[in-house]
Amino acid sequence: MIGSVQKIRTLLAGLVLAIALASVARAELVIDITQGNIEPMPIAVTDFYADNEATAKIGKQMADVIRADLERSGLFVPIDPRAYLQQPKDLQVTPVFANWRKIAAQALSTGLVRALGDGQINVQFRLWDVFAEQYLTGIQFTTPPSNWRLTAHLIADAIYKRLTGEDGYFSTRVVYVSESGPADRRIKRLAIMDQDGENHQFLTSGNELVLTPRYSPTQQVLTYLSYFNNKPRVYLYNLDTGQQEILGEFPGMTFAPRFSPSGNQVVMSMAQDGNSEIYLMDLRTREMKRLTNHPGIDTAPSFSPDGTQITFESDRGGRQQIYIMDADGSNVRRISFGSGNYGTPVWSPRGDLIAFTKLTGGKFSIGVMRTDGSQERILTEGFHNEGPTWAPNGRVLMFFRQIPGKNDGRSDKVSLWSIDLTGYNEREVITPGDGSDPAWSPPYNLNR
Amino acid sequence: MRLNLGLKTLSIFTALLLVAACETAPTETGDSSGGGATTQTSGSGSTTTVVTETKTTTVQPGSQEDLVLNVGDRVFFGFDKYDLSDEAQATLQRQAAWLKANPTVTLLIEGNCDERGTREYNLALGERRATAVKNYLVTLGVSADRLSTISYGKERPVALGHNEAAWAQNRRSVSVVN
Repeated sequence: MIGSVQKIRTLLAGLVLAIALASVARAELVIDITQGNIEPMPIAVTDFYADNEATAKIGKQMADVIRADLERSGLFVPIDPRAYLQQPKDLQVTPVFANWRKIAAQALSTGLVRALGDGQINVQFRLWDVFAEQYLTGIQFTTPPSNWRLTAHLIADAIYKRLTGEDGYFSTRVVYVSESGPADRRIKRLAIMDQDGENHQFLTSGNELVLTPRYSPTQQVLTYLSYFNNKPRVYLYNLDTGQQEILGEFPGMTFAPRFSPSGNQVVMSMAQDGNSEIYLMDLRTREMKRLTNHPGIDTAPSFSPDGTQITFESDRGGRQQIYIMDADGSNVRRISFGSGNYGTPVWSPRGDLIAFTKLTGGKFSIGVMRTDGSQERILTEGFHNEGPTWAPNGRVLMFFRQIPGKNDGRSDKVSLWSIDLTGYNEREVITPGDGSDPAWSPPYNLNR
Repeated sequence: MRLNLGLKTLSIFTALLLVAACETAPTETGDSSGGGATTQTSGSGSTTTVVTETKTTTVQPGSQEDLVLNVGDRVFFGFDKYDLSDEAQATLQRQAAWLKANPTVTLLIEGNCDERGTREYNLALGERRATAVKNYLVTLGVSADRLSTISYGKERPVALGHNEAAWAQNRRSVSVVN
């Protein structure tokens, strides 16, 4: 897929590092993203200075991608480059900070891209605190020119991390179900894209109905539901080879799959004689172990990040509610007690929260609650919002929204949206057609 | 697969005509139809004529068309329910008798839901509905070997509106001749 990016451990030339180490008093240029509706930080992201026409183009495109990433996060306001008073060429030593204070930039990103003899490019980036006049962080990459976009996302990740203290998520991807056609003959295809919608690619042809793709936390593999041969079963999709593989031959429908944190198991539902129970499949032995045993519907399982517990939904109490059990199926307890129905619980990668879909008063909301069911917060509400997925840093959720049209099955709009954990910065994720069932990838792995 | 889908669409369309004529209030279907041919169903008088004509001309015993026109291929469920109403039981009693009269026929029972539920839950609920139909047919003496089930959850609506009238039509099981 994406080629590997070589990370050079020596981040910057010794001179710059020396300056950084010399500044004893560390600037507290930090965004506290636990607060909702914060004032976004003004940041100047300059074009990467280049030594020839080809690298200059890359240098400009990379800056565009970084600015777009930061802007979309809602935490930054990139300042229009036309206001900049110092040019990239003159920024290859310490910036003239007064020039950046004049345009109210709090942080400044500078950089360089140059062609190497072997056809690769070398990209260097530095982040500065304008008011404290301090170097904050830097990174450099040597990589094929075709990796410029990923490199830009990784730099945006580094900026986000340095200024918020949280991991960035700009180098992640999203798998989802692309939808087209009228509602009664809907065509659904697996599709994958960068988190900003670029590098979009269809994975399946649309001949079979496909639903609920989920990313492996450790490998370039998806698990999903396919109606291949009119038998709804859980499958694996290998993103490196394009190979699709059925996950066991069972007499009944298998559905609602999700990987365990190790990536070695898939937890899913299987229906037998009309009753849906939760099972755990070991991907190495392909053995299925039954975890629930109740005549109610038990489905939509999701592991805790430490692998010790599983949250799921069940109507065993009369209505669809959220439960937690130990990973071996024991110690089942209900955690949601609000009015209405709760479904699709998804455990946060940080472990502290569970996101869910709530149905109440004819509306579908996306919300979060603590793992003991307390402190429920609704982030967005409307005719139909469903299926939250967490960004790997646990700060942003993506979900899908159906906006009803004219009752003709052709004018509905189904699309992907993202929202901060605080409930702010709700934005549509642009896809080529309609989209549903998003699933965020794990963080980009520099070492793979 | 593609051929199957084509047949299914045809049967659903035919079934809609029947539903409109016999069971459903005309105002509902007008609201929920997908345009094109199905708009005919808004007038129940003309629909009955269509059904009668079809009945007397081309129906082959033991076919899907036969099931739709002379027996009824579908039953409906309440919101988040899978129990069989008296009306549903009556339809299935006719289906059981029809299966006895056509001993080589096997059925796929498709369970469906309205859009007012989450995707995974609706898959499970559709399976419950299809199985409720299968189990009832078995109690009426139909061999379980002749009956298979599939759930489409909320993925295959026939009525396209976003209102109770449309949802009531989509909470259904449909028996399809294999």
